[in-house]
Amino acid sequence: MQRSRTPGEVSASALAERTARVSYGRLLALVAARSGDIAGAEDVLADAFHQALEQWPSRGVPENPEGWLLTVARRRQIDVGRSAEHRLRSDAEIDLLQIPADDGHAEALPPSEGFADERMKLLFVCAHPAIDETMRTPLMLQTLLGLDAEVIARAYIIPAATMAQRLVRVKRKIKSAGIPFVIPEPEALTGRIEAVLEAVYGLFAIGWEAAPNSSLSDAHRLDEEALYLAQLLIQLVPQLPEVRGLAALIGFAHSRREARVSADGRYVPIEEQDMTLWDQNLIGWSEWQLLEARKSAVIGRFQLKASIQSVHAARARSGITDWPALALLYTGLMQLAPSVGAGVGRAIAISHVQGPRAGLDCLALIDSTVLAEFQPALAARAYLLGEVGQLSDALVVYDRAIALTSDPVMRAHLLTLRTRVQNQETTRP
Amino acid sequence: MKYTLFLYSDETAFGAMSQEQMQQAQSAYMAYTQALQDAGVFVVTDWLQPTLTGTTMTLRDGKRRVQDGPYATTKEQLGGYYVIDVQNLDAALQWAERCPAVHYGFIEIRPSAMG
Repeated sequence: MQRSRTPGEVSASALAERTARVSYGRLLALVAARSGDIAGAEDVLADAFHQALEQWPSRGVPENPEGWLLTVARRRQIDVGRSAEHRLRSDAEIDLLQIPADDGHAEALPPSEGFADERMKLLFVCAHPAIDETMRTPLMLQTLLGLDAEVIARAYIIPAATMAQRLVRVKRKIKSAGIPFVIPEPEALTGRIEAVLEAVYGLFAIGWEAAPNSSLSDAHRLDEEALYLAQLLIQLVPQLPEVRGLAALIGFAHSRREARVSADGRYVPIEEQDMTLWDQNLIGWSEWQLLEARKSAVIGRFQLKASIQSVHAARARSGITDWPALALLYTGLMQLAPSVGAGVGRAIAISHVQGPRAGLDCLALIDSTVLAEFQPALAARAYLLGEVGQLSDALVVYDRAIALTSDPVMRAHLLTLRTRVQNQETTRP
Repeated sequence: MKYTLFLYSDETAFGAMSQEQMQQAQSAYMAYTQALQDAGVFVVTDWLQPTLTGTTMTLRDGKRRVQDGPYATTKEQLGGYYVIDVQNLDAALQWAERCPAVHYGFIEIRPSAMG
């Protein structure tokens, strides 16, 4: 069925791009699950999108764009398979492949649960124990979100060529080693789920840290995707508390996405955020997940992190931030899963309870070489030094923190804080 | 798909085994091989003599060079292998998990390049 475009309707190419953005991971999962070959699936899918951009503007957008793309990609996949076998078909012949825009000819898409299944399979492939741990999240970024190696490399602060090469290698391993596109059997599932949670958390963390950063324009999609995957995981293994813990953590964080950057593009720390911008529905959902998780009485790091977020969310009801509770939760987190990030969080919470001096003492517990390279730690230290009146020290540390910050929004925020200390110093008698 | 399971372990431990322990090990491997055969996934296996019995050779510029000992000296040595024919890596991993060698050594699982 051909449709002529009326003014105001999305243009065909814009729709192709939107479909690419929204459906990429689902389509890739469906195509790759059949062949076990991610790189090959990426190629045929790229061809399909290319054809859409060529054909949709002149022939009209199909009623079911995703089904159309899937059909084209699968036909192409069969062609590639055939030409690999017989080497008979010429490229020109393949290009003659005409897909009518009519829905009747497009492949019927599996129901949405089917889509979910295929994506889950892809997720378990990405987080397979036979895949290099450091490559699991990058692989998810590429396969589930369609990000290119350059964007992923930027998030990991490594050269684009290196990331591209590693991604090629890992996809080759999946194909050659015969890693199956399946959801593990229940008895194997528990052993496999931790790596999956870790990778989904990585997806969320990258999106979240980069969120105010305009250079990673897909950042919002990252934590949206992470939230979606966490929701699917709950359906898959509802009995595992850490799955709900992770979902709650992502949900809480995501509920504040609109409040993190002000209308004029400034970074807004959580304590200063406009709580009317918080998504109360999502907060409610996250609270419920956390509650369900706690019923098991088996604590885990994601539950603790979610509990920390829950305390922040409670400010919308009580009007105050319960810093003693946060200090306690961070202390627990440091015992269960020590990390520099948790150490910094703990120092900040303690500074609110016992004063800036105690916060500085807490930061001093962090390895100094690690601290010198970790921007949030430096930013916290600079702030606390300013609070105890060591203004010139504060300025030095701010400079270091700013030098480590590439994100323009965060940079501007730190510069504002630095100027405040600078002004204090010049007006000091 | 064919996979080879390379069995690596510290071969000196075998030398230190008593007669009885050796027999136990042998019957564990026999049972494992039998299980592979019963499942219809067994292709071939071998148990190798210690590396000190090995000889390594290469032709460099058409010149034959032969040297005593294994190709690489490592803490664990290749002591045997199984070739199995299974659906995918997960199945291969499941079989590797049942191999007696996992308890005292390492198993490297490599897919065949010939399908």
